Amino acid sequence: MTTETMTLNASIDASTGADGEHGDSTALSIFGFWLYILSDLVLFATLFATYVVLGRNYAGGPTGKELFDLPYVLGETMLLLVSSATYGLAVLAMHRQRRDRVLAWLFVTLLLGAAFVFMEISEFRHLILDGHGPGRSAFLSAFFTLVGTHGAHVSAGLIWIAVMMGQLVTKGLTPPVQCRLMQLSIFWHFLDIVWVGVFTIVYLMGVM
Amino acid sequence: MNSGGAGTGSLKSYTIGFLLSVMLTVFAFAVVIKGAALPRWFVWTGIGFAAVVQILVHLHYFLHLDSSSEARWNVLALIFTVLIMILFVGGTLWIMYDLNVRMM
Repeated sequence: MTTETMTLNASIDASTGADGEHGDSTALSIFGFWLYILSDLVLFATLFATYVVLGRNYAGGPTGKELFDLPYVLGETMLLLVSSATYGLAVLAMHRQRRDRVLAWLFVTLLLGAAFVFMEISEFRHLILDGHGPGRSAFLSAFFTLVGTHGAHVSAGLIWIAVMMGQLVTKGLTPPVQCRLMQLSIFWHFLDIVWVGVFTIVYLMGVM
Repeated sequence: MNSGGAGTGSLKSYTIGFLLSVMLTVFAFAVVIKGAALPRWFVWTGIGFAAVVQILVHLHYFLHLDSSSEARWNVLALIFTVLIMILFVGGTLWIMYDLNVRMM
């Protein structure tokens, strides 16, 4: 098992055949996971389209300018961004076969991701308690659906990180565990990319 | 294979990617928060440009997509997905905008 076959760049073309059958199946499952990510991206595209169509239909309710607190959103963004970097460090440690370091960086990533979800939930709670829940206007329905779907993905990612930490402890850095860690890496970086779209289109353009 | 960093990523590529992302994020927020005096078109194009560049930075430095032959199928599938997304979002906006204008 060479590290090269563990990469996202590992393709299904014949050049990976030299690494043997296992390298091939690892490359294939990472490519397959990439295809899932792309289909998830299409799901987000439909939610973005909905938001852009409905985002200014306030039904006499509050506008984005009144509701959004940009410094708070900047804080959420930084948490997610740093967590992407710390996951990258976990992958680097994985390629060096340093299990304890992988565990440590995964734990840091987990904490940062959990802080992000906590901030988002408290933002939602605040909005709903103030009477600005998803039922208030088409703008808020689209807002909660889009941002909530992203938050649900991050929460699923947190569970996955916790599961991988458990597998690292019980199984160690075996080839299947490494393969799953690479898939989780794609998932986690992908969520950060979607968040770039969310903070630009929902929050930044929403307050203008 | 491209083990020289492009495939698996290196500390350098993650650091560059992270610093570029932080700068682009801070730029986008600063333009909106502090940019009351700036022309509207500048703010809109500025944050749009920052978002597109940041997405490319993430794809390159975090997901390690490039023009190498190992990444070809990944990139090809991504390009197709982007095409679908443009059809979805662009088509939706076109139809709904048209409908809105006609209902006025």
